[in-house]
Amino acid sequence: MAKKVPVLELLNLRVGFPGAEIVKGINLEIHEGEKVALVGESGCGKSLTAFSILRLLPNGAAINGGQVIYDGLDLATLPAWQLRRIRGKGIALILQEPMTSLNPVLPIGLQIAENIRAHETMSRKAVNERVIELLDLVGIANPRERARMYPHNFSGGMRQRVMIAMAIACNPRLLIADEPTTALDVTIQAQVMDLLEDLCSKLNMAMLLITHDLGAVAQWADRVAVMYAGRIAEMAPIRPFFTGPRHPYSQGLLNSSVEDDWHYTDTRLTEIKGTVASSAGEKGCAFAPRCPFAAAECRGAPPPLEEVRKGWLAACYRREAIQALQEGAAHVPA
Amino acid sequence: MRAIGKVILRTLLQAIPTMLGIVLISFILLHLMPGDAVDAIAGMSGSASQETMHAMREAYGLNDNIVVQFWNYITGVFSLNFGQSINYSAPVLDVIMERLPATLILMLSAFVLALMTGILVGWGMAVFAGKWPDRLLTSGSLLFYSAPNFWVGLMIIVVFSAKLRWFPSGGAESIGASLEGWAWFLDRLHHLVLPSVALAAFFMAIYARLTRAAMLEVLRQDYIRTAAAKGIHPVVIQFRHGLRNALIPVTTVAGLHLGNLLGGAVVVETVFNWPGLGRLTMSALAARDNQVLLGILLLSSVAVIVTNVVIDWLITLLDPRIRA
Repeated sequence: MAKKVPVLELLNLRVGFPGAEIVKGINLEIHEGEKVALVGESGCGKSLTAFSILRLLPNGAAINGGQVIYDGLDLATLPAWQLRRIRGKGIALILQEPMTSLNPVLPIGLQIAENIRAHETMSRKAVNERVIELLDLVGIANPRERARMYPHNFSGGMRQRVMIAMAIACNPRLLIADEPTTALDVTIQAQVMDLLEDLCSKLNMAMLLITHDLGAVAQWADRVAVMYAGRIAEMAPIRPFFTGPRHPYSQGLLNSSVEDDWHYTDTRLTEIKGTVASSAGEKGCAFAPRCPFAAAECRGAPPPLEEVRKGWLAACYRREAIQALQEGAAHVPA
Repeated sequence: MRAIGKVILRTLLQAIPTMLGIVLISFILLHLMPGDAVDAIAGMSGSASQETMHAMREAYGLNDNIVVQFWNYITGVFSLNFGQSINYSAPVLDVIMERLPATLILMLSAFVLALMTGILVGWGMAVFAGKWPDRLLTSGSLLFYSAPNFWVGLMIIVVFSAKLRWFPSGGAESIGASLEGWAWFLDRLHHLVLPSVALAAFFMAIYARLTRAAMLEVLRQDYIRTAAAKGIHPVVIQFRHGLRNALIPVTTVAGLHLGNLLGGAVVVETVFNWPGLGRLTMSALAARDNQVLLGILLLSSVAVIVTNVVIDWLITLLDPRIRA
């Protein structure tokens, strides 16, 4: 079980492009060895949140406010040279697209070695041995020969394994994985997730998994944070989340997934009407325009995250009313 | 690694039909020009009789049928006999070989200068993309890109030779100064500067803009973010991950330009009185010295083919994806 020491704390983090705030104040903490999933549909700001932790935002985007606390330091304002000591050493990143996230003209061994050499003073021979050890660890056969090969010699799944080897090269305390399996075949997805899980427990590494694959979340994460339109809608330990999510958006997400071994399901596959863009210009709860339970009170100000139980938060004014309604409906004799 | 020499040989053998075509077309075109070498000589001497001219044509084989003339030429070429220069009264091969080193030096130094400054300037433009240094360099490169090289040549002669007197205005070495060793080398270098710059300006502008575009494209790639996530210094990222990838398109285009570079050398050599193939071409044209012209055209096509092989080989070094 995860110990209660935060590795990373996001405090009221706000990220945006000029004239458009995408991430509107997020609070999230990840503890030592804990696996947290950040889910939400495209455009809700989950990738921007992930990139802002190491300040690797795309051109034009910037952190507008808030703090990113790691090891007592605020990464949001840390000088670049100090931040470089944390990148790849304390916090590592795996990107979504293994086909484009490795440099095509350099051998993969060199690209892994680069990470080690950036942070440790080791002899060339020791670095090479470490690279081979890492490739072996992520399940690449013949690591000695493979280290000299180029990314185009590898399949997508193998490249993602190389990316993972690169990320864990310096035993980071936190691994951020931005949809690490989205671009892979379904059969490979499970292998890569298993590998990540295995490495997390072996190396006692915390992990922030950005995904919209609820199946992976259910199997895999300790805690889940649901993001909607730049805010956290619900944050819960994995079991209560899948048995009885409290935010209407979380319920919608689960209802629109095909998995049937979750307890929360009303058996039909339903969609959430509208898109994230429907929340544009909304003063109150961003989900209100799409919410089947929306009432007048939802249109005032954004709902605060309130504790449902210890360690379980939801941001919905009508949380209790909805719960009563649903439990009432469940007790109606068939 | 394949033996580069073997590849060059194989490519040359494969290029024989191409070169035959080039010789045939140039041969026909040169014969379509009004006048011949005898007209040029008669024009210079001023008063040659019809009989003398006829006898001269007979002696040089110019009265033969064009098919016979072509046959004579091409059979000679296969035994490495490129004919006799009428203007210089010497074998064509000797005439060309005497001029070739000067042109090669000029082309090589212009090529290296254009590539190095072009890539450096383009990299600078990419780093400052959209800011004032980028705009300044972009307008500057547009100027060099659009100015003809003879004009650039004349302008730098006016400024750096006539006004500032930093460099000589022409020639390949100081006449009459029998220099040796370092002094000789420095003297040659001193003469090389202005013609190289004049020849390189256009290509430098192209490579700069190309490097800028390639660099901006590469810096948007995911692997640049991966490199940054590893905690690597930004300068290392720029060079090892950025420029390394951006060089691939630049090298490809630079290889295609070597033929153009030879064409530019003809004009620049004339402006700077440079004793190379370019000036030989101009004088051979004036004297209707067809054998010399054919020799130069054949040599240039061989040179372009060989350099293309070398460039292809260089690209395989830069880009592992196209290695077999």
